[in-house]
Amino acid sequence: MSIVKTKINRQIIIYALLVLFTSFFILPMYILVLTSFKPFQDVTVSTLWNWPTSLSTDGFSRAFKKLAPNLLNSFYLVIPATLISATLGSLNGYVLAQWKFKGSKILFALILFGMFIPYQSILFPLVQFLQAIDLYGSIPGLILVHVVYGIPITTLIFRNYYYEVPTVLTEAAKVDGANILAVYRHIFFPISLPAFVVVVIWQFTNIWNEFLFAVTVTSQPANQPITVALSNLAGSQVIEWNIQMSGAIITALPTLLVYIFLGRYFIKGLLAGSVKG
Amino acid sequence: MRIFLSFTLLVLLVFVLTPLAFADERVEIFSWWTGGGEEEGLLALLEFFSANYPDLELINATVAGGAGTNAKAVLKTRMVGGNPPDSFQVHGGAELIDTYVKTGLMQPITDFLQEWGIKDKFNQQILELCSYQGELYAIPVNVHRGNVLWYNKALLAQYDLEEPTNLYTFVTALKQLAEQGVTPLALGDKNKWTATHLFECIMVATLGATKYNGLWDGTTSFNDPGIREALVVFGEIINYVNEDHAALTWQDASERVFSGKAVFNVMGDWAEGYFKTMGWTPGQEFGWIAVPGTRGSFMVITDCFGLPKGAPNPDGAKAWLKTIASVEGQDIFNPIKGSIPSRLDADQELYDPYLTDSMHDFTTAALTPSIAHGSAAPEGFITALHDALNQFITERDVEQTLHRIKKAAADFL
Amino acid sequence: MKQKTREGLISLALLSPSLIAIAIFVYGFIARTVQISFLDWNSFLNLLQNQKNYVGWSNYSDLYADPRFQTDLWNTLYFTLFFIIGSIAIGILLAMLLNEKPRGGIIFQNIYLFPLAISFVVTGTVWRWIFSPGTLPDNPYGINLLFQKIGLSSLQWGWFTNTNSFLSFNLALIAVIIAAIWQYSGYTMAMWLAGLKGIPEQLIEAARIDGATKWQIFTKIIFPLQFPITLSAIIVLAHVSLKAFALVYNMTGSGPNNVTDIPAIYMFEATFRANRYSTGSSIAVVMLLMVGLLIIPYLVNVIFKKES
Repeated sequence: MSIVKTKINRQIIIYALLVLFTSFFILPMYILVLTSFKPFQDVTVSTLWNWPTSLSTDGFSRAFKKLAPNLLNSFYLVIPATLISATLGSLNGYVLAQWKFKGSKILFALILFGMFIPYQSILFPLVQFLQAIDLYGSIPGLILVHVVYGIPITTLIFRNYYYEVPTVLTEAAKVDGANILAVYRHIFFPISLPAFVVVVIWQFTNIWNEFLFAVTVTSQPANQPITVALSNLAGSQVIEWNIQMSGAIITALPTLLVYIFLGRYFIKGLLAGSVKG
Repeated sequence: MRIFLSFTLLVLLVFVLTPLAFADERVEIFSWWTGGGEEEGLLALLEFFSANYPDLELINATVAGGAGTNAKAVLKTRMVGGNPPDSFQVHGGAELIDTYVKTGLMQPITDFLQEWGIKDKFNQQILELCSYQGELYAIPVNVHRGNVLWYNKALLAQYDLEEPTNLYTFVTALKQLAEQGVTPLALGDKNKWTATHLFECIMVATLGATKYNGLWDGTTSFNDPGIREALVVFGEIINYVNEDHAALTWQDASERVFSGKAVFNVMGDWAEGYFKTMGWTPGQEFGWIAVPGTRGSFMVITDCFGLPKGAPNPDGAKAWLKTIASVEGQDIFNPIKGSIPSRLDADQELYDPYLTDSMHDFTTAALTPSIAHGSAAPEGFITALHDALNQFITERDVEQTLHRIKKAAADFL
Repeated sequence: MKQKTREGLISLALLSPSLIAIAIFVYGFIARTVQISFLDWNSFLNLLQNQKNYVGWSNYSDLYADPRFQTDLWNTLYFTLFFIIGSIAIGILLAMLLNEKPRGGIIFQNIYLFPLAISFVVTGTVWRWIFSPGTLPDNPYGINLLFQKIGLSSLQWGWFTNTNSFLSFNLALIAVIIAAIWQYSGYTMAMWLAGLKGIPEQLIEAARIDGATKWQIFTKIIFPLQFPITLSAIIVLAHVSLKAFALVYNMTGSGPNNVTDIPAIYMFEATFRANRYSTGSSIAVVMLLMVGLLIIPYLVNVIFKKES
């Protein structure tokens, strides 16, 4: 009897804590949604918690009208950048995990370091470089940037994944005389689907939400991804926060959907993204 | 393997095709007008342009954020990379001259105005701001006034106050209001420029327009007692602003006046656009005067467009400049944007009571360039002044701040 | 031996596109930034003229003497410290709660995770509204208003507009730290949850039979097993905190007397507003060194330790 009672008490405590944290996590989201449905006149810091005087979807329709082309741009950017960086990461991870050679660990460390640098330290030369190769201001330029700076994380995830595969397979293939690419193609590529899913989700969210590179590299609205267009909604004078927050929800929707439906893969991705020996 | 190959090919193809998409018949106009009235004004202007030049395709390149700071950063990197737009928005004065003209990046356009025969139609002082060594480098399309004191009319009546006319009566009024328990002056300096904006208005009041303007050509010394006095008065006035000023933007500060929580606000006349968007009518719910002590002065913030060297389509750029120099162009843009034209022959009927008031002052007052908005001094000086004032508001050390301002002047002017 | 060399060369060839890209985009550009930090490119004109006028360490010594930069370093230290402690502690707590497999756990888990999916540009603005103090005591805003409504007015204070400090810790940072913890504790939670799945049930069961309390099981078994994961989380969080630019920029800016300023904001202002490219580069180099001090020993440790 008492065991059951403590069990119930434990459940109550657990739920109380979960709900407490939920309110903390929901709070900003509540503001976000509430504001997006307010008419412009209702949106001020002083009336933050108030319900809208009238429910308005004006913010949403105007935000969507303005953001639609950039939403498409983001897909043009994110899909190739994700696929290319995943492919490169897969090849790199395969070589670094299965075809170790003298100095391969040093190379791995050198690649990995690229993931941790503050991007401020490369921003200025990056812009000059892109101008020199005539890719400045274009989506392909931005794709290139995201592919390159995505290499460290994708390499890491694939390397950790392939690391679990016994090298016996590779050794056997070597004896058979199969070349390095043939082994990859026939043995490793076919078993890589889970790792690809993880990498694709990770890269998709990161590139989708990225702002610093996007705003520095693209100045023409026709080429801007949605994060930049979202900040452009603000303008420099009167900021219509209802449109801004509606725009934010539209912007976040694709990544939110990814989280809701593929969340468990994302968690796997996080784990795979930890640096292992 | 085939998947990889076609993949690579596809990527290469995208890379190769993109630069080809740029044809000559395009005119790229770069600005940070991306939202609200300014965007609508720009779009109306672009439509007017397209009606006159149907063969030219306009590219409306915009970068928003931080009152143009993001756009300026992007523009500079493009200029350094030899990749300029055909024409770009820039504030007249130091921002244009120091950054782009003295560095040899712009072409003089004095001949254009002569060719079109409209040089005398402009306010000549404002053309001066866009000129260097006798040559004109940009066409000013609009004018904003910085030194405006806005007030909530109902509150002013409620507390039985007159419009203050000089710094002394202003401070007295603020003091009285503070005793009544209302915020006397709203300030939102989450972004540091608003504090500088307030300070520069006080500088004009203590120095006078002539001496203030002399600071930027070296005829007035930074040892002038007027600067110290400005700092002391600034410190006094800051005592009467809302305690949470560091959490607010200028819009939030204007909202304090709108919602009746604060009586006064010092802000450029884009605040009028804010009040109107919130549903107020100029002269009914809110009133305005020049910041006390600056009556004969007009703190000017003007948006200009010029012709960069190496513009891909200079003829297109010329067509654009002609459009914004025309009285029709200025009268299309400004009433929507909420600013006044740089020409003096505009149609007053199109403008609201505040703007007509401002147009009148514009013809008679002495123009003073704004520091906070880049017209008076180079960017190095501005950020140094921002930092010095930001520290001053907390620490109130007049001597140290004065020292920092003088050092900034020595380093950057 | 020969076979080995050949294999090495082929491996290298396969890696080469990535290696070349990283060599240019990471190391080449860093070298360029380091170079600029030793030049006198502190005006737009000097940048345009592209003349290499070396001024030695003067950009760095100017920074060293700059009170704003000193504040920035303290802010970074405290922000990183409290942000990591908070995110790790809350993340672990959430993971342990969810590990009890309560009904509806997956919903809670998604709620705790979603901040990771939203850009700082948005969350920064929302948190600014929430922590806007209003004018106390009459006109509280945001969270202060909530406190008033639930009768906790004593908790009201100036949040990120407060200019007091304690042992060089600017109290204004607390608001920013809370916002950052909100965004990233889900990360620690997710990593811990994934790790917890790998702990064999029998191990816990055995300990329980031996009479170990829940707390003992946690401190003696679970935590040590989860230590490597926690360490990776700490490293990732530490480098997130050094990149917290977008959050601080949108939420508070530098704050009164730079109480919420961080090097990334100073770097941005120096480079893109004041045209002080060399000053900006030297700040970037200092930031890089701070990350390097943290990351390099860690990378060397985890990658090379198992060599033997």
